[in-house]
Amino acid sequence: MSNGFEARAAGLACPLPIEEEAVVQMAHGGGGRKTAQLIERVFLPAFRSDALEQLGDGAVLTVGNERLAFTTDTFVVQPPFFPGGDIGSLAVHGTANDLAMCGAEPLGFSVGLVLEEGFAIADLRRIVASIAAASARVGAPVVTGDTKVVDRGKGDGIYVNTSAIGRVRAGVTVAPDRAASGDAILVSGPVGDHGIAVMAARNGIALETQLQSDSAPVQLLVRALLEAVPETKVLRDPTRGGLATALCEIAAASRVSMRIDEAAVPVRSEVRGACELLGFDPLYVACEGRFLAIVPAAAVERALAALQALPEGAGARRIGTVTDGDAGRVLLRTRIGSHRRLERLSGEQLPRIC
Amino acid sequence: MRHVDEYRDPEAIQVMLRRIASTITRPWTLMEVCGGQTHAILKFGLDELLPALIRLIHGPGCPVCVTPLEQIDRALAIATTPGVIFCSFGDMLRVPGSHSDLLVAKARGADVRIVYSPLDAVDIARRTPSQRVVFFAVGFETTAPANAMAVCAAARAGLRNFSVLVAHVLVPPAVDALLSAPGCEIQGLLAPGHVCVVTGWRDYEALAARHRLPIVVTGFEPLDLLRGVHAAVAQLERGDARVENQYERAAAADGNPAAQRVVNEVFVVCDRKWRGLGEIPASGYALAPAYTAFDAERVFGLGDLHVEEPTECRSGLVLQGRLRPTDCPHFGRRCTPDHPLGATMVSSEGACAAYFHYGRGAAAAA
Repeated sequence: MSNGFEARAAGLACPLPIEEEAVVQMAHGGGGRKTAQLIERVFLPAFRSDALEQLGDGAVLTVGNERLAFTTDTFVVQPPFFPGGDIGSLAVHGTANDLAMCGAEPLGFSVGLVLEEGFAIADLRRIVASIAAASARVGAPVVTGDTKVVDRGKGDGIYVNTSAIGRVRAGVTVAPDRAASGDAILVSGPVGDHGIAVMAARNGIALETQLQSDSAPVQLLVRALLEAVPETKVLRDPTRGGLATALCEIAAASRVSMRIDEAAVPVRSEVRGACELLGFDPLYVACEGRFLAIVPAAAVERALAALQALPEGAGARRIGTVTDGDAGRVLLRTRIGSHRRLERLSGEQLPRIC
Repeated sequence: MRHVDEYRDPEAIQVMLRRIASTITRPWTLMEVCGGQTHAILKFGLDELLPALIRLIHGPGCPVCVTPLEQIDRALAIATTPGVIFCSFGDMLRVPGSHSDLLVAKARGADVRIVYSPLDAVDIARRTPSQRVVFFAVGFETTAPANAMAVCAAARAGLRNFSVLVAHVLVPPAVDALLSAPGCEIQGLLAPGHVCVVTGWRDYEALAARHRLPIVVTGFEPLDLLRGVHAAVAQLERGDARVENQYERAAAADGNPAAQRVVNEVFVVCDRKWRGLGEIPASGYALAPAYTAFDAERVFGLGDLHVEEPTECRSGLVLQGRLRPTDCPHFGRRCTPDHPLGATMVSSEGACAAYFHYGRGAAAAA
């Protein structure tokens, strides 16, 4: 892999951003290639362990006869209140959903808060109430926590970390490397709502939309799916990097190819419209209440029936098929019948000039 | 979605493809000028659907890509000056300068902000009088009216802490230079629809006559592009060489007079250096004499900064349509969106970025 250091060592007069590896950039947190590089080059070499190297949404640990899933997530969303949710409910849903992607339901949460001096107590109360309501909704209490305050100007109001531990459902083994040729790829509902709702609520962008974030716990849907189809092979929530990046990661982990039918991927028209304006691709916009499921072909109808029976799964669709072929190759059949490869998100999606 | 779906309708597209196939009898080489068109062609896989007799080559119509290295270096010098808030459209931030890019400058502490409109930068200047606010005014004729309005607004408000780093370029002189180059293979042009919405297409009539080739004002949706290709091929087959408008829903012969007025008030035409194409006479905008107080190059004393383009990056050939991105030896190897050699790999309208993002070439798989 070529990088800035190599180029500098060779003394080439190229305009590579040679400081790139020296400092953290926003794209390192974007969930795309740069995040993957940080994990591969900085974290994995230091933390190697079997549970970590699965690179799932959480770790699965065996304790006696019990399989426990453990996960953590930190939330820095700006603004902290957005249409359809806030940083508190998002932090509970995000972590509960990471457990759900391991086939587990939460037993208890930890909540760590980093507060900036000057943050309104009234806003903090709203967020804490939202955390409490969300944890009640997923049926697991907040059992431990921590608070730190930083000087004014050294934080962004509030950052929230949540961790959770949960029990993996008996008879279920889901992991990113289990997809096999012939399996069906399902998505639980329309993609991109969260990313566009947050973008529209941000200062500096005058985008009027009725769109709400899709931030929601998925565990009831996952429970329904796993009851109907315990042989479900892969679950993944397409958060940062969106649907396309999640598909690429699963295809790489399972060493398979995938075929996705663009016309089958549910995207709300508001999301499509906002993406057209901003120059974004909805397949790369974050979701916070959706998941991808890969199930054996024979189980597709059972899976869709189980998902669509719940209101939050009404939009569940089959979007493609796992195939033989180059590991990591995800081919999209466009609405007009041509094909293009989906790649992982590179950097962050930046609004275009014109 | 209205105004989009009807131009992506699979049946209408098949009909248009059949019309093209029944019109064409010989090989023709067309250039789509605008990077937005290039991206649409690759995103929708139109090159795959068109008859093999049609060769599409990609033009220089990516404002981020043609901004010369020295202008990026000026932007970096300004952005890293203490007390400056540097505002830019998003996709300029990843473009490599000689030693760094604006995202790295931001990570190292520079106050670099993405704005969605140049008027947002004027607002920032109004709200933060103790800081100097600079907007990176990049773009073709399409962004010039909004950027001109920002300068007018700052002038009206009497803001003394606002300036613009101008890198405005004009399409017709660049197209003229490409068509005049020895060995030019372009036989028909798809002209950039959005530019013509502002300027109209009178200038293109002179080009069509001088270079004896059809020029079709073309939009950005799949059906728009296929209509453009069909019109160009039909003219070529008949031996015609005139300007034709296939983007009737947005473009008119005389363009948008109100937009032209504000541009002519604030800017004057000047010679400009283009990445990949070199210096082209009368090919850009500079601030008019009445507005030079808003010229960031003067405010920051950077007019004398000159930088040679790097030899490593072949984006010059890509921008001239002489090198397909996947034929560049660095594509997907030494040059990726994470480690770009040049702007064409990171701009949302860059040809190399389109080939990489839409998975063309085995190298993108690596």
